[in-house]
Amino acid sequence: MFCRALRTPVLAALLGLPALALAQTAAAPAAQASTQAQIAALQQAVQQAQAASASAQSAGDNAWMLISAALVLLMTGPGLALFYGGLVRRKNILATMMQSFAMMGLVTIVWAVVGYSLAFGHGNWFIGGFEHAFLRGVGLTPNTDYAPTIPEQTYMVYQLMFAIITPALITGAFAERMKFSAMAVFLTLWSLLVYSPMAHMVWGVGGLLNVAGGHIPSLDFAGGTVVHITSGVSALVTALYIGKRIGYPQTAMPPHSMVLSFIGACLLWFGWFGFNAGSALAASPLATSAFINTHFAAASAALGWTIYEWKHSGKPTALGAISGAVAGLVAITPASGFVQPFPALLIGLIAGFFCSLMVFKVKAFFGYDDSLDAFGVHGMGGTLGAILTGVFATFVINPIFGKGVATGAIDGHWSQILNQFAAVGISWAIAIVGTLILLFLVDKTIGLRVSAEHEHAGLDLSQHGEEGYDFNT
Amino acid sequence: MLKIEAILQPSKLDAVKDALLEAGIEGMTILEARGHGRQKGHTEFYRGREYTVDLLPKVKIELVIHDEMKEKAIQAIVGAARTGRIGDGKIFISHIDEAIRIRNDERGETAL
Repeated sequence: MFCRALRTPVLAALLGLPALALAQTAAAPAAQASTQAQIAALQQAVQQAQAASASAQSAGDNAWMLISAALVLLMTGPGLALFYGGLVRRKNILATMMQSFAMMGLVTIVWAVVGYSLAFGHGNWFIGGFEHAFLRGVGLTPNTDYAPTIPEQTYMVYQLMFAIITPALITGAFAERMKFSAMAVFLTLWSLLVYSPMAHMVWGVGGLLNVAGGHIPSLDFAGGTVVHITSGVSALVTALYIGKRIGYPQTAMPPHSMVLSFIGACLLWFGWFGFNAGSALAASPLATSAFINTHFAAASAALGWTIYEWKHSGKPTALGAISGAVAGLVAITPASGFVQPFPALLIGLIAGFFCSLMVFKVKAFFGYDDSLDAFGVHGMGGTLGAILTGVFATFVINPIFGKGVATGAIDGHWSQILNQFAAVGISWAIAIVGTLILLFLVDKTIGLRVSAEHEHAGLDLSQHGEEGYDFNT
Repeated sequence: MLKIEAILQPSKLDAVKDALLEAGIEGMTILEARGHGRQKGHTEFYRGREYTVDLLPKVKIELVIHDEMKEKAIQAIVGAARTGRIGDGKIFISHIDEAIRIRNDERGETAL
């Protein structure tokens, strides 16, 4: 449709020229001047066509990116809030949902003040500068460093949605036992101390791991390292630091509403199209590729987890199927814009088996209380995905290193896997160090954990003075 | 006056209620309950963790009747609630000292 609209001025100009030429043969002396006029007219027509083309592309890209930003927000609230909310006990549902919702508010504010600048400003190899603090210079014209066809504010708000969901993912590890105040301070600071530098290193201009020009070019299309490893590893550190819930693992703490979790997981799947396909930063064929890969990996991972669980426990549970889908979505995130559809299916299937093994066996073996498996699914799924991206990335889908230049091991570029390992190591390291510092500071000032009495009463009542379900009215 | 407390499978509640009405017993109180007798519970799986659920959902009905209605009531409940499998429930019968209708202070059997 828009291609046809573009061609119209060009065609009109071309059709007009022969008629002009015929008329000019009668007046030979004027011929030279009129030829110049024709060229000028043609140049003008071409310029108009280019401007129309650029404006149409910009409109299409901006529409897709605004929708994508909204889709990624949908992943946090209600998606993640429902997914996690259903998995906790009845007395903690509101507190759990509020932890995700708080990130929608708090991270937005710090992102506008300084977070965006620290992630995407020009800084050094580790962190961005302060040039965009208070969104200075972030206007409605594109920032050609990142997304040349959309307003920079669109790019800024799209990236903000990533900054919101990442700390929200961590809340699954310390569910049912952290003070609301401690959580708010810890995760808001985390978004500045861990998320912004990691986003800068991978996606920011001059970042250490940036695929275009970094010292260690690593492939991370939509945030396998930036989002899932940082949140998942921080989740493990937090679960170890804060300790187990009272009564864990002797007391049964089964999910109180699988129905809510089910809706939440399906909203996550839906929103993930914005997360991954949106990371093409344009309504381009690459977005289509990421969209398909995202969907394929979720499907095959749901199958992988279900097969494992059916063999292990004797029943294919709903929780297993939706957990598998989320694991597949996590694992395909770094690879979504680099691989072909069948490798995407394979990555998903491996993630389904691998993450269920982590959750069923490894957690039980070490005995930590990562209550909602933020580490098993996001930390390990992200690590697996980041490495497999180095295996299956191909220039056929995304010639990121240049046309026809081998990208991943499947193209023969085996050393890319080493770069992926380096990126994984750095994201693990920054997550561990940053989280430990923040937990220590918050514990010494506010105190991380609610009192035993409050934990028994539930966080809904003790932290918020509300109940998720009131059966007396 | 006798009080009958019967613990039933939830699925049998409607049949028991109808049978009691047919036997001429009109008043009853119904409570949702959880419990178990000899019936073993079941196992639930959440991400590889096994939870044994041994308190199963039951329904408890309570009715207070004239002494002579005892056998009729028992037959109505047993007839409607029995499947022949473990978990069908139990009936307990006890004496009641006094019954009072709050509306008009009627006492004894006329209050039932």
